[in-house]
Amino acid sequence: MTSSHIPSTKSLVSVWAALICLTWTTVGVSYIELGELNVVIALLIALIKASLVAWIFMGVRFSAPMTRLFVVAGLVWLTIMIVITSGDYATRRYDNRPKSWTPTPPANTSTKPIPPAVGNK
Amino acid sequence: MAELAHADDAAIADPSLRHHFANSAQQLDAAMLGMWTFLITEVLFFGGMFTAYAIYRTIYSEAFASTSHYMNVILGGTNTAVLICSSLSMAMAVRSAQLSRYKTVVISLILTMIFGTVFLVVKYFEYSEKWREGLIPGIKFDTVNYHVPQYAHEAQILFFLYFAMTGMHALHMIVGLGLLTYLVVKARQKAFNASYYTPVEMIGLYWHFVDVVWIFLFPLLYLIGNRGPH
Repeated sequence: MTSSHIPSTKSLVSVWAALICLTWTTVGVSYIELGELNVVIALLIALIKASLVAWIFMGVRFSAPMTRLFVVAGLVWLTIMIVITSGDYATRRYDNRPKSWTPTPPANTSTKPIPPAVGNK
Repeated sequence: MAELAHADDAAIADPSLRHHFANSAQQLDAAMLGMWTFLITEVLFFGGMFTAYAIYRTIYSEAFASTSHYMNVILGGTNTAVLICSSLSMAMAVRSAQLSRYKTVVISLILTMIFGTVFLVVKYFEYSEKWREGLIPGIKFDTVNYHVPQYAHEAQILFFLYFAMTGMHALHMIVGLGLLTYLVVKARQKAFNASYYTPVEMIGLYWHFVDVVWIFLFPLLYLIGNRGPH
């Protein structure tokens, strides 16, 4: 009878309140210059909010062990996709990757210059 | 034979119980597992776009920072709050169904639909603002008047991702509103009660998932890089 748990109104409303507070926090923090930390904090707060939704609203807290295993497996696949793809981009050499395009010339020029290949080290 | 007879008895006692399940708890667990499996494919679907976002954000970081100038944090924040409220009312709908409170189920579901509609209306105003400012890549992008002209090309990649991600999210919201309409019709016929509320629970999971996607979209698209001179 694991999945037929009925959450209390109190727990649902407190999760809602926590989510609203965290939204205010993340908006507030975004206006403070913290360099790279801004990204980390924003993602950390998003992760906490998502976990709260999954844990209480989506009932992972009281779900069957098999369901939980599936949820964790899904997150593992997502991690594999992001980490391995990023690893590829971080380590591979892209000779023809344009660092920047040249500013657009006025519309009357019919021959557009080919963007120079920069980034060749 | 004894077990079969037992299963038939249970099916007669509870018409919503399919004969291949031992009891309604097992039936609900199976439905939950199936729904989560679907949601995981959705996680990976959106995950692909998040990965693309992460990579382009890293490659063209300055250009991407310049786009946050055009993101409306107030509208985005409002929509975040609206979606959180809709998730609460959805959770209340599931709870009411579990307690066989027929009237509360309908009210909670309609509230969820109202919040969902408010979200889409706000989204419409955001999109039309982008259209007016000429920020639609490929169709109507004003490279000349972009506030940091040297990034006008790379910035279009972010605007493309912005429309792809929020557009896919909005499409999921529209599908969700359709599913909620079905639930409201069924709930008005008192189709859901303590012994059978699977559709409410399943569509609830879907709705919360869509909320979770927005929880990540909001900081990534609206908040990161909204400080400093633009």
